Amino acid sequence: MKKVMTGHKAVAEAMRQIEPDVVAVYPITPQSEIAEYYAQYVADGIVRTELVPVESEHSAMSACVGAAAAGARVITATASQGLALMVEILYIAASMRLPIVMALANRALSGPINIHCDHSDAYLARDSGAVQIFAESAQEAYDLMLMAQRIAEHRDVRLPVIVNLDGFTLTHSSQVVETLPDETVKEFVGEYEPLYPLLDVDNPSTWGPFAMPDYYFELKRAQQAGMEAVPGVFLSVQEEYSRLSGRPYKGFFEAYKLDDAERVIVVMGSTAGTAKVVVDELREKGERVGLLKVWLWRPFPRAEVAEALSGAKAVAIMDRALSFGNMGALYLDIASAFAGREGPIFVNYIYGLGGRDVPAEHIAQVFEGLKDAVTGELRYLGLRE
Amino acid sequence: MAVELKSWRELPIGGVIPGGATPELNKTGSWRARRPIWDPEKCIHCLQCWLHCPDDSILIREQKVTGVDYDHCKGCGVCAAVCPVDAIEMVPERGGAG
Repeated sequence: MKKVMTGHKAVAEAMRQIEPDVVAVYPITPQSEIAEYYAQYVADGIVRTELVPVESEHSAMSACVGAAAAGARVITATASQGLALMVEILYIAASMRLPIVMALANRALSGPINIHCDHSDAYLARDSGAVQIFAESAQEAYDLMLMAQRIAEHRDVRLPVIVNLDGFTLTHSSQVVETLPDETVKEFVGEYEPLYPLLDVDNPSTWGPFAMPDYYFELKRAQQAGMEAVPGVFLSVQEEYSRLSGRPYKGFFEAYKLDDAERVIVVMGSTAGTAKVVVDELREKGERVGLLKVWLWRPFPRAEVAEALSGAKAVAIMDRALSFGNMGALYLDIASAFAGREGPIFVNYIYGLGGRDVPAEHIAQVFEGLKDAVTGELRYLGLRE
Repeated sequence: MAVELKSWRELPIGGVIPGGATPELNKTGSWRARRPIWDPEKCIHCLQCWLHCPDDSILIREQKVTGVDYDHCKGCGVCAAVCPVDAIEMVPERGGAG
């Protein structure tokens, strides 16, 4: 059914249809409405979820870990400082291989304090061990929340999955979203089968044990195996979901007019929508430009991205967060994927920090700038010099 | 006793240990720096030490203290601190008595 709704509502709808056992959340702009919608569903008896209104995000993630270890299906949502407060426990959730799904309404980290969009919060959790997926639209946020549930809970994965959606740009703007029937979603996500649930008192298990130097390393390597399983699971879940929804999700990224493109932008999140408009305009003028929009950021599909970009002459990799003291994280991901082999010219654009608007003219400037680019350049888009 | 260490491929997911009561297998007493010495002559069997011990390391039988489980006692000294009759003395683990 097609409806007009905000990104918040799209995420909350997906959550309502999944109907997890436990939702532990703490409000923070620009995520709060997700929690508010869901709290309303609980209050109205629409879902049977145990809603845990905790006193901080640290507690929210802790409650998620406890509930997930007990054997519950768990979802949470946060943004910015909230994620920063969760990160300590998020690492533990990943190490305990708990399939907690999280909507992250991307917002700049303080300081200075700011409530608007960039990806510094997602970048903070880059090495946490959580799978990270980026949505371009409210529709994608809905779809990816449903897919995330399956990916997280796959037996070979069992990791937290973060669905990133740009704060305000996606969370607060109304878009047309087509949702699936409740029964279809219920069937798609299926019954959750926990591993070693703590509530199974007849089969006790010990969670979160201490690991000395003789085992810590092996346990982290085993955790990496969960990440290594993600790409295969991602593709099969995506294929099943595409059949179900009629929306053609295919691959770890969307290749938009990429096949014969000489100049390419790589970007994550809602800016891809703006970039598509610009690609279309420039294509009409006969310019061979294209877009690679990353859905799956962690684990990073190095080989596939490198293959897709190998025919381009120049590529602008756009990071919506600084990695202080180095190039942007996405730039490094892609540059390292080309290590030891010939590749296009790569330039890094830092853009949109703290909600700085990214109009079509700026994207056009990036494509123009690619005519005169040197690999390793770090440029700032839309910054007053 | 030599313990054979497992490869990463053999470990249960998430480092979970199937089964409970793992402290029984793990002799944490080796961490101890100070050793509680229980004096049966002074002890009045009030069981305050047993009640307070965080490691369940005060051994009792028929509601009477019988000794200390040195395989698991980490030497925190809570037993000595709560004992109303000074029947438990903490001594250095190396070079001391016991």
